[in-house]
Amino acid sequence: MDGVALLTIFVLSVFVGYEVISKVSSTLHTPLMSGSNAISGIVLVGTIAVAAHTESTGIFVLELVAIVLATVNLVGGFVVTDRMLGMFRARARQSPPEDKGPQR
Amino acid sequence: MNETWTALLYLAAAVCFIVALKALSSPRTARVGNLVGAAGAVVAVLVVLAAERPERLVWVLAAIAVGGAIGAVAAQRVAMTQMPQMVALFNGVGGAAGALVALLELPEGTSGEPAHLAVTAFTVLVGAVTFSGSLLTFAKLQELVTGRPLIFPGMRWVAAATVGGALATGVWVAATGSVPGAASLAVLALGIGLLLVLPVGGADVPIVISLLNAFSGITVAASGYVLGNTLLIVAGTLVGASGTLLTTMMAEAMGRSLPNILFGAFAGGSTLG
Repeated sequence: MDGVALLTIFVLSVFVGYEVISKVSSTLHTPLMSGSNAISGIVLVGTIAVAAHTESTGIFVLELVAIVLATVNLVGGFVVTDRMLGMFRARARQSPPEDKGPQR
Repeated sequence: MNETWTALLYLAAAVCFIVALKALSSPRTARVGNLVGAAGAVVAVLVVLAAERPERLVWVLAAIAVGGAIGAVAAQRVAMTQMPQMVALFNGVGGAAGALVALLELPEGTSGEPAHLAVTAFTVLVGAVTFSGSLLTFAKLQELVTGRPLIFPGMRWVAAATVGGALATGVWVAATGSVPGAASLAVLALGIGLLLVLPVGGADVPIVISLLNAFSGITVAASGYVLGNTLLIVAGTLVGASGTLLTTMMAEAMGRSLPNILFGAFAGGSTLG
């Protein structure tokens, strides 16, 4: 794909990334950071693509290291985010009376 | 798998990531959003395996299994109070993976265009800064290093020299595509990451983790340009842009400004620590 097309995708993605989280509630700052960190673990796709077409064994070994690192980020990121959000829900469930109080 | 299907499935994965970020912004949908993101990642990994057909597939799958096991076990075992530093650690290794990909692609890449080489150098730089910076934020939160701002006499000159050296090395790599040049750039960038985080006080560290998270997104986007992979460009840019916005929002919520957090210690202002 030519450079201009890639630049177009890049610029539009900047606006999407900016818009899509603009209404986040402040209690979700940390889980959102953790979730977006997990998404950046998708660099795994790049590490696999590079490892697929290498000839040299030395470079291949380093590429395997990169695959391990990227997978740690990807899998660990999603799991830790899920745990954070699970904690969130548990806390919300513990205090329903207080939540209903002011409505009456 | 043919190219059209690969591109369409990458698009589906990119949509998953956008939906995931949107859903993560609201308490009711956040947990589902995280799962949607994970599903997008699974699709993308299966697609790249089917499209690239690695010759030494067993080794690649073994590496994925090892990384997945380490990530899952670490994320399950970590205490609730230590989650921020765990995120920092994950973020750091992701940045390292991005820098490593760009570095390893350099001798293989045949195009040799200056723009391509410049982005490769940029990827190595930002990825390595993310790696060392994140490791130091981990050490600070884990109290392996003092949480107080650390500055030493002449630090700003050391910082200026390191950044200047990295820029010069970056230009050299962009002009020649030298692999040793890119390796020295990585070393200088590791130094920049440390110099960036050392002066930050303990209470401000979570905001810096968020900033480094945005950096790792930028690393992924740049590596996507190097490899010509649109999914990496979209996903990385999403994380880079949303991470930058999130960082400013977190700083605002604490009543601090980002320049003050990063450079306040130099000006003699106290960072809450």
